Amino acid sequence: MVVNVRNMMKNKKSNEFLLRFLEKAAPAFFLLCAVISILTTIGIVLTLVVETITFFNRVPFMEFITGTKWWPFGKNASYGILPLISGTLLITVVAMMVAIPVGLASAIYLSEFASFRVRKVVKPILEVLAGIPTIVYGFFALTFVTPMLQVVISDLPIFNALSPGIVVGIMIIPMIASLSEDAMSSVPSTIREGAFAMGSTRLEVALKVVVPAALSGIIASFVLGVSRAIGETMIVSVAAGSTPKLTTDVTDSIQTMTGYIVQVTLGDASYGSTTYYSIYAVGMTLFVFTLLMNLLSQFISRRFKEDY
Amino acid sequence: MNTAADSKHVSIVNAKKSDQAETKTIYSVQNFNLWYGNNQALYDVQMDIPANKVTAIIGPSGCGKSTFIKALNRMVELVPSVRMNGSIYYDGKDIFRPKYKVEDLRTRVGMVFQNPNPFPKSIYENVVYGPKTHGIKNKKVLNEIAKKSLKGAALWDEVKDRLQENAFGLSGGQQQRLCIARCLAIEPDVILMDEPTSALDPISTSKIEELVQTLKKDYSIAIVTHNMQQAARISDKTAFFLNGEVVEYNITDKLFSYPDDKRTEDYITGRFG
Repeated sequence: MVVNVRNMMKNKKSNEFLLRFLEKAAPAFFLLCAVISILTTIGIVLTLVVETITFFNRVPFMEFITGTKWWPFGKNASYGILPLISGTLLITVVAMMVAIPVGLASAIYLSEFASFRVRKVVKPILEVLAGIPTIVYGFFALTFVTPMLQVVISDLPIFNALSPGIVVGIMIIPMIASLSEDAMSSVPSTIREGAFAMGSTRLEVALKVVVPAALSGIIASFVLGVSRAIGETMIVSVAAGSTPKLTTDVTDSIQTMTGYIVQVTLGDASYGSTTYYSIYAVGMTLFVFTLLMNLLSQFISRRFKEDY
Repeated sequence: MNTAADSKHVSIVNAKKSDQAETKTIYSVQNFNLWYGNNQALYDVQMDIPANKVTAIIGPSGCGKSTFIKALNRMVELVPSVRMNGSIYYDGKDIFRPKYKVEDLRTRVGMVFQNPNPFPKSIYENVVYGPKTHGIKNKKVLNEIAKKSLKGAALWDEVKDRLQENAFGLSGGQQQRLCIARCLAIEPDVILMDEPTSALDPISTSKIEELVQTLKKDYSIAIVTHNMQQAARISDKTAFFLNGEVVEYNITDKLFSYPDDKRTEDYITGRFG
């Protein structure tokens, strides 16, 4: 059989008009898809801003950011956001105290000590942990972790900051482990060899050479973890309670910003009431917090990036 | 013509005799075999490396010369599938003995790699990394070590005003000398060099070569090189590796002028490799 490649290639070209149209239309379609997410972001920010302005027409801005009492119901309503912020930060601090050491240690193990085979098994398991719905984590906190903690701390209330804090931390571990492991694996092996050749032990190479070299990526993963903890909703709604309190006691029942928004959207407030608008103001605060964290993380990874 | 060559030959033979008389052996490699998985990379290597001399290891790509030099400080063990038998004696002790501490070996035997591999730290931190890791804390002592090592690597004058800058800001040749300085900082006895100039330009290369000449007063040096002229220029003894075997190992002048083996002759005259 004689194959005439040129003629066969020409046959494909015969559909020239359609091909040329596709060549032009495809990028336009791709652009449209890319624009959708940008438009959505703009839409969300606009909604937040407009409704937040309505809220601040009713409640003075200064009262909102300096007030120490959050009681948005009834006649003596008080809109001081500090208790919600303290609740959020409390959860975040507890979560990071769990997630940073465990996540970083797992990353060091996976990147510097685990054999290829172990890494191939453990990494997917970590990623499964990241795929569990947060509501499941919430009930895990309420029905498993809290009772366990009550064995140790006998007067711990059912709803407290400690238990959801720990569970939020557990939820963040895979993220920190995975991102830090990526940062450490991208340190070139020639640098490790240099350290081994100076008589460093495996541990010294990991802690004195690889971790410092990957520090920008590691810190960026911490900051993203913080951002995730601040924005976490279901776990705290289920297990932290709904009593906004300006406190640093982790055994107290508290409420976070996200927890409050859930509580109100579940039907506690009528449309158009100040309480209703308050969720936008709280949402805006939350948005500012996480935005700052994400910007900080980007700044860190760019500013301190090592080009090997 | 003939007589001139003969007299040269005689002087080489004389040099060899005096050489054997005065130098001691730092490394003694005996019946050493090495496999990567099922591929044997080194066959029955038998070689003594003299102290305070430059020993060059030449051969075509894939002949096992890098593997061999990495066996000398057991860096080859970082490859997971590696297997070995036979023995390598360093300073009279078998480095593969179960109780032998590989970290101790590597503090006595420094290594410079093919591509400069400074740590992503400042120039100063690079040099004092070794002493710091091995427990020297005193700042004054560390400063002194840094200065001495950088001078030893002929880099001090170029970097003395910017010790706190990142090492990646140096040129390739400077980075390689920094790696040598980092090596000198822990005062090793031996420096292993694995094609240290193959990634460098000719000027940086000649600087490193000069440096090797100075360093051999205080250190025993084994250098793997792809470049036969380099081996001829800087080494006292040369080993020619081919397909994992030592084909010929002799005084450098002898090996390059009167090779015993046909394969050595073919290689050094450029017939292959």
